[in-house]
Amino acid sequence: MSILADPRWRDALSHLADYLGSHVRLSVAALALGLIVSLPLSIAARNRPWFRSVLLGLSSIVQTVPGLALLALFYPLLLALASITLRWFSFSFSAFGFLPAMLALALYSMLPVMRNTITGLNGVDADLLQAAQAVGMTERQSLFTVELPLALPVIMAGIRTAAVWVIGTATLSTPIGQTSLGNYIFAGLQTQNWVFVLFGCIAAAVLALAVDQLLALMENGLRTRSRLRAALGGAGIFVLVAATLIPTLARSPPSYIVGAKTFTEQYVLSALIAQQLRDAGLSASAREGLGSNVIFDALAANDIDVYVDYSGTLWANQFHRSEILPRDKLLAELKTILASQNITLFGELGFENAYALVMPKARADALGIRSISDLASRAPALSIGGDYEFFSRPEWTALQRAYGLSFRAQRTMQPDFMYAAVASGEVDVIAGYSSDGLIAKYNLVVLDDVRQAIPPYDAVLLLAPKRAGDEALQAALKPLLGSIDIADMREANLRASGSDAAASPGAVARWLRESSSRR
Amino acid sequence: MPATPLIAYSHVGKAFDAGRLAAVDDVSLDVREGEFLAIVGGSGSGKTTLLRLANRLIEADKGRITVEGLDVRAVNPVKLRRRIGYVFQSGSLFPHLSVVDNIGITPKLLGWSQAEILARVDELLELVRLDRTTHRDRLPAELSGGQRQRVGVARALAARPRIVLMDEPFGALDPLTRDALGEDFRALHIKLGLTTVMITHDMAEALLLADRIAVMRSGKLLSLGTPKELAQSRDGYVAQLLNTPRRQAERLAALLPQDGES
Repeated sequence: MSILADPRWRDALSHLADYLGSHVRLSVAALALGLIVSLPLSIAARNRPWFRSVLLGLSSIVQTVPGLALLALFYPLLLALASITLRWFSFSFSAFGFLPAMLALALYSMLPVMRNTITGLNGVDADLLQAAQAVGMTERQSLFTVELPLALPVIMAGIRTAAVWVIGTATLSTPIGQTSLGNYIFAGLQTQNWVFVLFGCIAAAVLALAVDQLLALMENGLRTRSRLRAALGGAGIFVLVAATLIPTLARSPPSYIVGAKTFTEQYVLSALIAQQLRDAGLSASAREGLGSNVIFDALAANDIDVYVDYSGTLWANQFHRSEILPRDKLLAELKTILASQNITLFGELGFENAYALVMPKARADALGIRSISDLASRAPALSIGGDYEFFSRPEWTALQRAYGLSFRAQRTMQPDFMYAAVASGEVDVIAGYSSDGLIAKYNLVVLDDVRQAIPPYDAVLLLAPKRAGDEALQAALKPLLGSIDIADMREANLRASGSDAAASPGAVARWLRESSSRR
Repeated sequence: MPATPLIAYSHVGKAFDAGRLAAVDDVSLDVREGEFLAIVGGSGSGKTTLLRLANRLIEADKGRITVEGLDVRAVNPVKLRRRIGYVFQSGSLFPHLSVVDNIGITPKLLGWSQAEILARVDELLELVRLDRTTHRDRLPAELSGGQRQRVGVARALAARPRIVLMDEPFGALDPLTRDALGEDFRALHIKLGLTTVMITHDMAEALLLADRIAVMRSGKLLSLGTPKELAQSRDGYVAQLLNTPRRQAERLAALLPQDGES
């Protein structure tokens, strides 16, 4: 089958209006805000060396912060701000999605604009500044009729750089809840859907090129005083924005938003919940690829309505509890804590997705390892791999303490590649996830946690405060409780990790619903 | 000759570099209405500073300067500059503006109507002997050096100033263009009844164009007078400055036989 005949292209295309629209609106808003702030600042700083170095220094520092981190930082910052404004001015705003993404990107756009504006203005010939004074211009007239027009090509080059950066970096706003072309990339990476990854990258690149060329046209028009070209460039950008605005405005917003974190199982489960709601006649859409630190706060702030979390994650990460309780007690206690925040723990889905130490079955047999206790004595000669957060999580500390684990080396890796890495012997053990389908695929084995160092990780449905009394929603979700067992979930995750059309989260969710209804 | 000078410097001083470098040192000088005054001096003599003090491109530290009888410190500098024409050495035309827009800039700042500005620009192009149909809409980069300088002169004259200040206006031109432009400007000066102050480092140019010549050295005014009066100066530097054109004239006369001689 040719790569272009893959039905996932059509699937990708069906999301384009939504993702591209959000992406364009976010980028344009961020760029506009960035310009509104950085142009006057640069103009004010051009003749003040001290101010100039502070300004350029600060914006350079911002630039060194990785885009993903900058975007993630704005979320808690705004959340804190929103709670302050709520307390003092009884007014709150959503710290989720658009606002933090726009602010972070605006900040990101400032360096090239400021650097080029200041350089451009300072590069204007001193004789011409004298001439502007001598013919009787005020400082303002000199700025607008001589300095800015002469610095325009350099300033526009800065704006074009900023536009390309913003459009590229906007793909990273998916984890903080802003829909963008990054949704393709994040979803594609998680579900091994390379068509999506490719589609997202191409769409973002084409958009960046188009905007860059339109800005170039505008600049050329302004410089050669061709009103036509300047107007064409401006109109092009206007049309781009308008075109992305119309379909979004025409569509009524869905009544329920289902959140999903950034891994395959979550994509499948959010698709499953959305299908369940639609079948019950409710409208629903998924907000996928949310960072695990963002998703809980988003639910608490009513920005999303429902999502699946894991009891142990909430226990240890959200509420910073380190004691290990039996699963029923832990769930009961969690329910109480969540209720105090008006969040409903609606119930368990029926399976656990716990961190688990995993190694190839053959290797474990050869070394005589069945449990983590057996592993402990061998560990000093072995290496362990884990996802980005595992080694800083309390589970890892608990494991080390309970079994006295000490490995020769520990490596952080992308979860999707972790299983292949342990199967090929690149690392000896990984901290995998108990529901992962790759465990079966690569013939791996989960080592017993005989001392129960890792807390239980039941998949639970959480409902936003505003949905606490929503009977229609709860009635629609009720059948899901206790309906998914670990074998089905592993199978579903394995299917979702495939790279054909049947592996799309929607298709896998349909399979999972059929499979669980058969039982 | 009218009694009140159009520009009067009285014990004027200006220092740069936090007072370490005296550019103009206690200069007193009257520019009479209608005269063509040349200020001659080498680089660093303070002649440009002296010129720019008159329209407050540079502010004086000491002394008093009046223009048309008013102390320049009491006048809004922007309004002052719009009343005084200024010609730069390199023309300093705005490269992004057409010839029309360059010439019309001061009238535009003064709020003239577009029709008035266009009529004035055409009048000026004729005055500085540029063909208006071919030159009006060109950018400065599309003009020759001499044409640029003619536009620079037209720009300075646009708002009908009584005073024109010129900072080595013909210095960067080739000899033929320079001569033609100098003569043309001298004619304009007379025709329009201007009061002109021109800086030059070239004594020959000063002698040929100006009514009076001021000689500056190290910020001080060494001598002031008509060419005849300067010739009688006992100052060594002035004599030296006058010697160069005199010697050149003698040698040229010897080298280039005039009509009727052989």
